[in-house]
Amino acid sequence: MSMPRLLLEAVLKHPLTEPVTRAVDGELAALAGRLEVAARKQLGRSLSIRHVDVGSCNGCELEIHALSNAFYDLERFGLRFVASPRHADVLLVTGVVTHNLREALERTFVATPAPKWVVAVGGCALDGGVFKGSYACVGGVEAVVGVDVHIPGCPPNPAALLRGLLALLEGPAGKRGA
Amino acid sequence: MNMLEELLARGEAVEGHRPWPRVVVDADVWRDAVEALTAGDLNLVGLWVESGIAHLCVRQAEPFAMAVLSLACPRGVFPSIGAWHAPAIRLERAIFDLWGLRAEGALDLRPWLDHGRWGLRHPEGARESGRPPEPYAFLAAEGESLHQIAVGPIHAGIIEPGHFRFTANGETVVRLEERLGYVHRGLESLMAGSSPVAAARLAGRASGDSTVAYAIAFARAVEAALGVAAPARAEGLRGVMAELERVANHLGDIGAICNDASFALMLAHCAVLRDAEIAFGHRLMMDCVTPGGVAVDLEPAGADAIRAALQVVRERLELLTPLYDETASLQDRMVGTGVVSAELARRFAAGGYVGRASGGGFDARRALAYAPYDGLKFEIPSRTDGDVNARVWIRLDEIAQSLSMIEQLLTSLPPGSLGVEPGEGSGEGAALVEGFRGDILAWVKLEAGRLTRCHLRDPSWFQWPLLEACIEGNIVADFPLCNKSFNCSYAGVDL
Repeated sequence: MSMPRLLLEAVLKHPLTEPVTRAVDGELAALAGRLEVAARKQLGRSLSIRHVDVGSCNGCELEIHALSNAFYDLERFGLRFVASPRHADVLLVTGVVTHNLREALERTFVATPAPKWVVAVGGCALDGGVFKGSYACVGGVEAVVGVDVHIPGCPPNPAALLRGLLALLEGPAGKRGA
Repeated sequence: MNMLEELLARGEAVEGHRPWPRVVVDADVWRDAVEALTAGDLNLVGLWVESGIAHLCVRQAEPFAMAVLSLACPRGVFPSIGAWHAPAIRLERAIFDLWGLRAEGALDLRPWLDHGRWGLRHPEGARESGRPPEPYAFLAAEGESLHQIAVGPIHAGIIEPGHFRFTANGETVVRLEERLGYVHRGLESLMAGSSPVAAARLAGRASGDSTVAYAIAFARAVEAALGVAAPARAEGLRGVMAELERVANHLGDIGAICNDASFALMLAHCAVLRDAEIAFGHRLMMDCVTPGGVAVDLEPAGADAIRAALQVVRERLELLTPLYDETASLQDRMVGTGVVSAELARRFAAGGYVGRASGGGFDARRALAYAPYDGLKFEIPSRTDGDVNARVWIRLDEIAQSLSMIEQLLTSLPPGSLGVEPGEGSGEGAALVEGFRGDILAWVKLEAGRLTRCHLRDPSWFQWPLLEACIEGNIVADFPLCNKSFNCSYAGVDL
């Protein structure tokens, strides 16, 4: 297929993104709908997320990637991933904090302007998960910087990630930022 | 007798090491093995230690054979391999950091995993109190008008952490050096002392994108050590999961490489992950493979979901492949960029698409023909150009092979049980399993049903150095493209 034809199809055909209202699985759609409302109300449709891997196995990253691709398209709710902590409102932290990355996490947190929130993603980021007790690990994210919301799962799937971001926006942390 | 047999005949075979031999050798045989590695008669598969013993795993291409050579190191040293054979350098540095066992004659004595942050040294060996972190001495590049670009450990995208130090002349990269070890979690030390079932959860988290391949490698090593075999249905299901994982990763990476053309592909990528969840209850199929078998069965509805996903992938690939091939702007970026020479790929025995895009033909599924691949028809795509384009093509071709393999497996999936009890036995076992990046080595030693030592070697150990080599002379802006075409693992190497 040639590029011009692809572009033409892109204009004429429906986008790939799952419509918010159509159920892929019912919960995901419901979550996406609530997220849209909350994001608009609390943030005026703008929340910048900076992902920080502090010792993840890369499983959480795959699922965060899935959330931001053309299919789930997190950006339509005004939530976007940014390349620098200096542009971020939220740090999305994955993995057990390794000693080798502790300073990097602290410096990333300091580089993020206030008001800011920390979302810990996955079992490792909660309390070290299966890596608890290792000589190489500090522990969960809370051991280094304050955590506003924790998203459980190993790794959390896109629906769970949406649920967690929603909890941030609808919860006390979100109101604090409003 | 061939070369490897001659080496092995000069040592003492260890009872109960399966499936290939382990032989205790002296320093002379060790040095001769190093010479054979340097000459290209043998390939380096792995280098690791346990209390006072260094283990070297090698493979011979013709006739194909594998073996582990073990050398006792009463003085706390073993003759360096890295001094003669570059692929071993970082393995030796990691060994010294963790175990305190020194490669005698090694030229690069800088730490690798130990960043001076653990509060102790040699955590796996005789522990010493730690030293404060020191600045890392990056290798020098000399000349006029050079500048350095430091990237990481926290990167701009949603990727793993590591540090890249570029030295550039204007836009042109003169030297790239990687510094890794940031996600070292002490995984192997956490496995020691635990049961294989508990340790399998850790093996499945060595590198999350290869969780199935790691779980299979670990399970097969345990099964070899204990002399048990997974039932045929479990082997078939492992094959389905392993190939689904390969397809999902290849799709995701090709999509990331060709951002311009990725939209059609993303739907296919999503379909695979979603249907893995429908079929096996977990999108990445984590903890679905266990020592002795598999933890989940595939219901008929799951098989249908997989078939439907494969159909989506097939259709999308038919659209994407000509688009990729005919879009001048894409081809301009990919062709001739980041070339890995065949000689270098061979010397590093680089596995996976990195090796096979540069003239290599090794694939553990074919060479070791482990179940279920012994009963499947498939080809090993290989190319010689060695550039980003070749690596993309290998992956496109591999997807087609995997789709066919999954179809064959689903059609011929035998009924029967899902697993056997691994038992409480003792023994030593090894396995080499083809993950999406290449061959993963797992080695275990069990005593009365407990792991005393487990070693996992990621394919990226022999690919990261080639990324450094292939970027030389390319422009800085092409690094993300080269990097993504390798997509080496950080977590799998750092452990």
